[in-house]
Amino acid sequence: MYDFNYHKPGSVDDAIKALRKASDGKFVAGGMTMLPTMKHRLASPSDVIDLGGIKELLGITVKGDTITIGAMTTHAAVAASKDVQRLLPALAKLAGNIGDPAVRNRGTIGGSIANNDPAADYPAAVIALGATINTSKGEIDGDEFFTGMFETALAEDELIISVSFTKPKAAAYMKFENPASRYAIVGVFLAKTNDGVRIGITGATPCAHRGMRLEEALNKEFSTAAVDKVIMPVDKMNADIHASAEYRAHLVKVMTQRAVEACK
Amino acid sequence: MSATQSGSAAGTGIGASVLRKEDRRFLIGKGRYTDDINVAGQTHAVFVRSPHAHATINSIKTDAARAAPGVVAVLTGTDLAGDGIGPLICGVTVTSDDGQPHRAAVHPALAQGKVNYVGDHVAIVIAETYAQARDSAELVEVDYGILPAVTSTAHATDAGQQQIHDVAPNNMCFNWPFGDKAAVEATFAKAHKVSSLDLVNNRMVTNPMEPRAALGEYNTGTEEITLHVTTQNPHVHRLVLSAFNQLAPEHKLRVVGPDVGGGFGAKIFIYAEELVVGWACRKVQRPVKWTADRTEAFLSDAHGRDHVSKAEMAMDKDGNFLALRVMTNANLGAYLSTFATMVPSYLYAFLLAGQYRTPLIYSEVKAVYTNTSPVDASRGAGRPEATYLLERLVDVCAADMNMDPAEIRRKNFIPKDAFPYQTPVVQCYDSGDYEEALDKALILADYKGFPARAQAAKARGKRRGIGLSSYVEACGIAPSAAVGQLGGGVGLWESAQVRFNPTGNVQVFTGTHSHGQGHETTFAQLINELLGVPIENVEVIHGDTAKTQFGMGTYGSRSLAVGGVAIAKACEKLIAKGKKIAAHALEAAEGDIEFANGNFSVAGTDKAMNIAAVAFNAYVPHSYPAGLEPGFDENAFFDPLNFSFPAGTHVCEVEVDLDTGEVEIVKYSAVDDFGRLVNPMIVEGQVHGGIVHGIGQALLEGCRYDSEGQLLTASFMDYAMPRADNVPSFDVDYAPTVPIHNPLGVKGCGEAGAIGAPPAVINAIANALGIKHIDMPATPENVWRAAHAQQRPGQKAA
Repeated sequence: MYDFNYHKPGSVDDAIKALRKASDGKFVAGGMTMLPTMKHRLASPSDVIDLGGIKELLGITVKGDTITIGAMTTHAAVAASKDVQRLLPALAKLAGNIGDPAVRNRGTIGGSIANNDPAADYPAAVIALGATINTSKGEIDGDEFFTGMFETALAEDELIISVSFTKPKAAAYMKFENPASRYAIVGVFLAKTNDGVRIGITGATPCAHRGMRLEEALNKEFSTAAVDKVIMPVDKMNADIHASAEYRAHLVKVMTQRAVEACK
Repeated sequence: MSATQSGSAAGTGIGASVLRKEDRRFLIGKGRYTDDINVAGQTHAVFVRSPHAHATINSIKTDAARAAPGVVAVLTGTDLAGDGIGPLICGVTVTSDDGQPHRAAVHPALAQGKVNYVGDHVAIVIAETYAQARDSAELVEVDYGILPAVTSTAHATDAGQQQIHDVAPNNMCFNWPFGDKAAVEATFAKAHKVSSLDLVNNRMVTNPMEPRAALGEYNTGTEEITLHVTTQNPHVHRLVLSAFNQLAPEHKLRVVGPDVGGGFGAKIFIYAEELVVGWACRKVQRPVKWTADRTEAFLSDAHGRDHVSKAEMAMDKDGNFLALRVMTNANLGAYLSTFATMVPSYLYAFLLAGQYRTPLIYSEVKAVYTNTSPVDASRGAGRPEATYLLERLVDVCAADMNMDPAEIRRKNFIPKDAFPYQTPVVQCYDSGDYEEALDKALILADYKGFPARAQAAKARGKRRGIGLSSYVEACGIAPSAAVGQLGGGVGLWESAQVRFNPTGNVQVFTGTHSHGQGHETTFAQLINELLGVPIENVEVIHGDTAKTQFGMGTYGSRSLAVGGVAIAKACEKLIAKGKKIAAHALEAAEGDIEFANGNFSVAGTDKAMNIAAVAFNAYVPHSYPAGLEPGFDENAFFDPLNFSFPAGTHVCEVEVDLDTGEVEIVKYSAVDDFGRLVNPMIVEGQVHGGIVHGIGQALLEGCRYDSEGQLLTASFMDYAMPRADNVPSFDVDYAPTVPIHNPLGVKGCGEAGAIGAPPAVINAIANALGIKHIDMPATPENVWRAAHAQQRPGQKAA
């Protein structure tokens, strides 16, 4: 790890000020990706702005059918939240299966979404549930948020405050894990919403995205047989030593079918 | 009934599952590993490693690195050579088919003009802090001339391949034929049926939990080097570093292997970093510490396995095995690690008889150099490769002959009345009852009930398979004369010293080394059994050349089978001496003294004294036999008469998800013959760990290099180690026989699971899918492809 200046602001405003002042500053939430990257000397920010002291980024609130989760809420807290379990059990389950207990007790929803790892779990849920990302500059639609591999719609000095989800009619997350890292080789989040079936897919491609072809098929007929007929674009899929593009394309359908079964 | 129930099972002697004495310090965080040790004036070292698999070094510029803050020294291969520090050695000679010894490439501890794998050692940077050493290491400028890399085990010797070492034309280290080729070919020519199989034994990274580390200290007053190092065999380290690397004379070099967090073979070897740290601490006149990070462990620990083979079995019309022919390419990596040549030769080909009376066996092993990390012993070392090949081939034979896999094994087993049994491949098995282990395993696994379970699984859309593996291994390494005949440079006896203190407690000094095996408990139980001393009064001391007289260390499941017997022999000497002392004190003839349960007594009387009182007399010899030496402290060496031959049958049952290719191990049964068990709880732990290791190889662990020699699986993010949720609970039982060559009746158990499990798992998968073969690791995608190809014959997998 190279030397850096450490800041622990107490408010969102101070955090943004600290970032603007730094020559190459980075926010750190749980640090579950950033710290290993820095330890491997693959990242060397001039300033690290720790968001851990900002109370307004914490907490889970419910208003009607909408649940809002503070950006610095840990995966463990989301998994354990009675409110999340009641309104969005699929999201609680997703959070409870990220990484290992150490990761779940440090890693946060805001950090995960802002980092946008192509194999992270939360992006699939954000997309499928049509979540709203509340930031220091305003609101960003979940569909618009993930723009590319490790890229998001956030501006350099924009901070996620919270994420709001609306209770769907039914939802399920099915993840096929990388046997080594336990990240998603493919993760499919399926939600039955007032706007029809929505599907968020992670792991399969360089950036989490909506499964439009699958949604179209399932909106016509909500069945595993409908999924069978969908032709997946193999050439768009990731390929690595753990899974070929062809296999990933296949797994998207299998995970979707399992989510359909779970939502019947 | 069985040897496992002999001894004082209810007490704390042989056969008792007492809790491990050593666990207290581990559980309360008081284990003391090499990296835990910090000494005054200590510096920190970082190695500059090659980022290229194959390159010449045009220049190394160290000026900027030397000028960096806190830097004590930056040393390269030139400095090392200048001080006359010799290259690393390989301790076993294998004679190639041209009558010449294997081609040994020079293996410098710091590169001399060329690097041969990613991670190869180029320079050492020593600084006041670890961070300063890392910063400085980034300033070492190395100008590389990149060469094409050789990474394929199967094609390393192909014409036109890049040459790695001048001394080894076509990248061949040795081509070692063994057996009567003409007789085997003649048998194949007239065989009723020949079954054949091409298979790969996947390369593994051994990955003990504790990474390698070394701390070197030089005492300017005594001119002695003390090297704390993660080792399974401190005396072997001292011997090699002294005799072959000229680090220091043997009596001026102390090697300490303190608590070691797992070895599994990877910490047997004498590595470059250890030699360089030992040398550098004298050079800079400061203690030097180096601890590998996990990436370094992946890049620079010796890897295991990595064979590509063709196996063929000739059979008669009844399925009797007539002859076996094996052609193997074995990857040794870029240089020869300490015992690299022995693993794919003597520890492999000599085990190819397995449990069968196959009369003719011919094997040919091509050992090749590649631009990859050196490959050496890893849990099982050669024996897992032999067992996997044979036990997979036997299943292919069964399918070809339309026989049940259990029955073709039974038909070809060496019968129990044929022991001792001379195999056609050197080894003479001393005891075994393979049919008993098979029968017990089939019952434990409910083999008969399998078709109904398979049917039920099918109804749920899954596929069930069951697979057997009947293995035999050679442990208790090894009779020294045999080692010498085979070209080994050492004797493989073991030593022990059993010392009573005047107050009656006992210190046992053993030349073996415990790095997870529980010797501090098992050996204390031996003392309890043999001398009647309570185990809490026994301390087992190992791992320090300044404390123990000598030792060859721990590997090859040898600690109890060889080291334990040395302890027993020292105990015999103590009892003999104790009889003299007791006879004098009890005013009886020596011949009338009997020893049992810790007491010396006069036969037929109630006159007795316990061994602690005898020990006290020996140290306070006020009234003492004339001419007898004082003291109660004996040592012994034991050179085994033969290897020991643990064996058994493992049965694995899997359920395959055809949609994803995921394999779930639903049941795993193991029946092993380890002879007599000293601590059944520890043995069961070893069996569990070994099986998990084997399941890891079969399903998860695949070390992969790309064509440029970059390690693609260089972290736990990409290299899948088995975890608790990858394995079921195991059903473990024993079918012990008495090894006639081992005075304690023990065989060894540390490697058995890793040897038995891989073929059992793969046989089960092949059975589930109705396919001939699938290579390890049977990842979900590979299984899915195999299942898919099977379901729709003639079509390419979608």
